[in-house]
Parts: sequence; C-alpha cells; structure tokens
Amino acid sequence: MTIALTDVTKIYQMGDTTVHALAGVTLSINEGEFVAIIGPSGSGKSTLMNILGCLDWPTSGSYRLAGQEVASMNDDQLALARNKRIGFVFQNFNLLPRMSSLQNVALPLVYAGVSKQERQKRAAAALASVGLGERMEHRPNELSGGQRQRVAIARALVGDPAIIIADEPTGNLDTKSSIEIMDIFCHLNGQGRMVILVTHEPDIADYARRVIHVRDGLILNDEVKQGVTGCSGKVS
Amino acid sequence: MFWESVLIAFEGLRANKLRSALTMLGIIIGVGAVVSLVSLGMGVQQKVQKSIASLGSNLIVVMPGASKAAGVAHSAAGSNITLTNQDAKAIAKEISGVAHVVPSVSGTFQVIAGGQNWNTSVQGTTTEILYIRDYKVGSGTFFTNSDDESRARVAVIGQTVATNLFSGSDPIGQTIRIGKAPFRVIGVLESKGQSSMGQDQDDIILVPITTAQDRLIGQTYVNNINIQAESEQVLDKVQEDITSLLRTRHHLAAKADDDFTVRNLTAIMETMKESTSALTLFLGGVAAISLLVGGIGIMNIMLVSVTERTREIGIRKALGATFRNILLQFLIEAIVVSVTGGLIGILLGVGGSYAISKVASMETVVSSAAIIGAFGVSVFIGLFFGIYPARKAALLDPIDALRYE
Ligand SMILES: Nc1ncnc2c1ncn2[C@@H]1O[C@H](COP(=O)(O)OP(=O)(O)OP(=O)(O)O)[C@@H](O)[C@H]1O
Ligand SMILES: [Mg+2]
Repeated sequence: MTIALTDVTKIYQMGDTTVHALAGVTLSINEGEFVAIIGPSGSGKSTLMNILGCLDWPTSGSYRLAGQEVASMNDDQLALARNKRIGFVFQNFNLLPRMSSLQNVALPLVYAGVSKQERQKRAAAALASVGLGERMEHRPNELSGGQRQRVAIARALVGDPAIIIADEPTGNLDTKSSIEIMDIFCHLNGQGRMVILVTHEPDIADYARRVIHVRDGLILNDEVKQGVTGCSGKVS
Repeated sequence: MFWESVLIAFEGLRANKLRSALTMLGIIIGVGAVVSLVSLGMGVQQKVQKSIASLGSNLIVVMPGASKAAGVAHSAAGSNITLTNQDAKAIAKEISGVAHVVPSVSGTFQVIAGGQNWNTSVQGTTTEILYIRDYKVGSGTFFTNSDDESRARVAVIGQTVATNLFSGSDPIGQTIRIGKAPFRVIGVLESKGQSSMGQDQDDIILVPITTAQDRLIGQTYVNNINIQAESEQVLDKVQEDITSLLRTRHHLAAKADDDFTVRNLTAIMETMKESTSALTLFLGGVAAISLLVGGIGIMNIMLVSVTERTREIGIRKALGATFRNILLQFLIEAIVVSVTGGLIGILLGVGGSYAISKVASMETVVSSAAIIGAFGVSVFIGLFFGIYPARKAALLDPIDALRYE
C-alpha cells in the first residue's frame, strides 16, 4: 500500500489573511517505509499528517491512498479507511477518559463490526504487545503519560493497519518513555507497516530511514539515509 | 452494530446519571399527566354514561309548567297542577310507539318505624317504573297494579331507609308510618349508590301513586310523567304527539303557550356526554403540552451533550465511526431517555389516577389507548427532538471535532 500526494495545498482563510499551511506538497511513500517529518513550529506538519490520516482534506491537489483518490471517497469509505488502513497516534493521546485501556483499544474494532469476544481478545493482545498487559482495566487518568501513549498505539495497531501515522507521539514524554515508544514503532515497522511520524527532536528522527524537512508548507529536503541507520542502528 | 450503538448510548447516559434523570423527568411528568388526566376525563365520561344507562333509554319526561327557551321548566303560580293521572293514561292509550308511561308524585316525609325515625323522599309511582328506571327489588316484592287501584298502603323502601329504620333486622312485613299513615313494607330495593350528581339514590320510599295522592299528599295532579318510547326512531314523533295530545286535553288555544314541558332526556344526556369527551380532550391537550415541553428539554440536553462530547465524537470518527454510527449513538440516547421516561410516566400516571380515585373519590378510567398513545408519543418525541442534535454530531468533521477545546 502506497501513499501519493501531488501538489497538495491547504489554505486557511482567517479574515483578511490567508494562511498557506501547505503550499504545494508532492510526496510519495512506499509500503513498509519509516518516515520522519521534521520542521519548525507552524510549518504545516500536523496539517500534512491530518490529510494523510484522512481526518482532513486538501484545498487542492490530489491524495491517492493505495491508488484510490481520497477526494472521491464518500463518508463511509473514508470511515473505512480510517478504521482499517490507518492507525493514527496523537500527541495528546486522545483516549476516551471514561473507558478502561481495554475498552479504548477495542473501540476501532467496534466500528469494524468485530464480535465482543474477539474484540476483547485482540485488544488484550495489542495491549500486551506494547507491554501493558497488566494495565487493561486502568482508565487513562490512572496511567502515566508514556503508558497512555502506549495504549493509544495499541489502539492504532489493533485493527492491523498497513499505515501508522503519529503526530509528535513523544512530544509530551520524557526521554525514557520516548525510547520505549520508539522501540514499539521500530517493531511495527519491522512487521512491514509503513510508519510516518512527526517530531521536533533529531534523536527521534534518527529512528527513521527517510527524513523529510518541511518549512512554510513546503518540502525543503527529502533524504533517505544509507548504511546501518534507522531502527537497526538504535534498537539494542 | 445496532446493539453496539445501544450499549454505547446506555454508557453515555450512565456517565451522566443526574442529568439523564432530570431530562427524563420532563417526559415522566408529561406522560404521567397525560395518562392520569385522560383517565380522569374518561372517568367523568363513564359516570355520565352510567347515569344515562340508569335513566333508561328513549326516555321522555313531561313536567307541569311552561318551558323557557333554554329548556328550563318554570312554574308560574298554579301552573304546576296541570298534569293528571288521566293525562298519563291518555298518553298510554292514544299514542303509538309508547312502551311505558309512569306518572309520579313525590314529597318529603318523616317516616317512623319502631323507635326510629327518618326523613326521606317518598315517591308515588306505578309498577312500570321498574322497566324504565333500573330499580331492582332486592328482597320481597314490588307493588302491583291492583295495589294501585285499591290504594293499598304498601311501600318498597331503599337500602338507606332500611338501614336507618331497621338497622339490620328484616324490614319485610314490618309496618312503617309515613307522615300519619301506616304502611306495610313489602320489598327492599337493591342498592344503587350515589347518582352522578352525588345524591344517595337509596334514600327513597316507593308507594303506589294513587295511595300517595289520596293518603299522603292529598292531590290529584302528578309531578311528572315518565314515558319510554319503543325505539329511538319514534322518539321525536312520540314527543310531538304527546305535545299535541296534551294541548288538546288541556284545551289550549292555538296561540297559547304549552302549560307543560316535554323533555327528551336522552338528548340532554347525549349533549352532556359530548361535553365530557370535550373535557377529556381538553385535559389530554393540556397534558400534551407538558409532554412537548419535556421533549424540548430532551433536545436542549442533547445539544449540550453533543457540544460537550465534541472531542469524543472526533476520536470516534478518527477511529472509523461512520455518520450512521454517531447518528445512531445519539439518537438512541435520546430515545432511551424518552422511552424510559415514558415507561416511568405511565406507571406514575396509572398510580396517580388510582390515587385520585381513592383520595378525591372521583371515578377514573385508565385507558389502554391513553397508555399506548402516551408511550408512542414519547418514542416519537425522542426521535423528533433527538434527530437534530444527533445529526449535528454525526455531521462533524473529524478534524474540527478533534480540535474542539
Ligand atoms: N484550523 C486552522 N485555522 C487556521 N489556521 C490554521 C488551522 N490549523 C492550522 N493553521 C495554521 O496552519 C499552519 C500550520 O499549522 P500546523 O498545525 O500544521 O503546524 P505544525 O507544523 O504542526 O506546528 P507544530 O510543530 O507547532 O505542531 C500554522 O500557521 C497554523 O496557524
Ligand atoms: Mg503540529
């Protein structure tokens, strides 16, 4: 499954001023790639991620997800893409506060029409895979920041998506938690999933084999590192 | 997926118990009011129907005195002595379509039996009263036509009279004094209870009419003549025939007013019946307004709830919830509130109308139509007032919802 953007713009009209959050981005990402997107604040990273995650729509340009033009998809098809193809990880976790970890993780499966028993099984497995097998009944406010983000990642991967999109997943975490989270992303990438993540920190970007620099809504630089880099160089 | 949405909706409601309960209260009060007020109205209606039935059907009453336009008999001086037993006999003999003719006189007397005395209404009438009023003889017998002809001093007494004069012992065969004249009790009427006007219908003594005229009241005229027509179809004709017969018998000139009043009781009661169903409708309508207010309450709370949970909606959408998933979630929440409120309201309404009948001693009729109707309306209200907020929620863009602070 590949992703292809062509001349994508996102323009916000704020009264008299026009903000070009994306000013014409052309980009394609192949199956199984690990991509980091870096750039200064306000450069359009989140805007780009939201569009890639089918949460937002370009003002103009084309976005093809696995060969299909996203602009031509209807509401149900978009919901299906968000449910089955893409796992989205937010900087602020976005867990439902009144639900246990298990219920939060199982939520995408509810909308996928999976039976309750199967949901519990798969959600428990996903939680175990991020090292939270012991915290299934905890609610988000009973977990640390790093644990919350791991619940959110478990939720993103429970539907077995081909693409994981993470907008500053370690932005709210300390170094130790960040390393744990990045190990999980490496593991997911190792399973053949495409991982795209936004970060401010060069340390985090080092996990990715391909790094895209964004500034003022444009791609400044798109480099693929050679040699022993990315996860293989980091994971102990 | 449907049941998932129901479960999600229930969880949403459980998370906000107090608010859900308060929202429900509007519907509870609305449905409860509809059920209890309609049952109250129907109780009044039933009471009227019962008294129509107790009057007997196709009844015409002739009273002395001219009637005013409004139909109220007004007795000018001396004019209340115009009707006689002979008038009654003539009606029975000469007018076709008449089933029964019952003249009667009445007066209030002190009645004494043994050491007890009691003031009651004594009515002189004929055997045929048994056909046109639903008097039934509980024990003993009723007087006959020959009792009437022989001016026999026999009496049939009501339950209240029996209790007050004989306090438990069998009155049959006993002698009572009505005014100064001694009468033998030959029968006791079955209890009829209170009339629709609140009168005790058992506080009465029936005696043959000629006996009453000669030995009690000392008059030859009668207070009224009750006539039962053979069928509803001949009712108007009989009424007209009676009028012209009596005019002839009373030698009234063509231009002179009637010196009597002929009234069709059935028609009067029908009018009363209509006005009581109007009352039921009015009570139901007032209650329905409170149901509407309850519905608006649901909409209000749902709108607040959608705004408050915008982020939740965004998260759900980001995870793959469709327009229908979100719509269903909020719609079901609204319906659960209204249906639960409706069910509680029905219980409360039924209990309330039971309480009204006990405490206020008013008759109430809990109708299944009102219950089903109120329930149906509460489901509809949930749908109607839930759909706008639910649609609003379902139409949210995921990114806008996620960004909502
Ligand atoms: N809903 C919006 N309305 C108006 N302008 C917006 C909106 N969302 C983003 N922008 C603008 O678009 C530009 C890009 O924003 P974006 O969130 O993509 O930046 P970013 O690279 O993610 O920044 P950060 O690193 O701080 O998260 C910014 O100038 C921002 O003000
Ligand atoms: Mg951002």
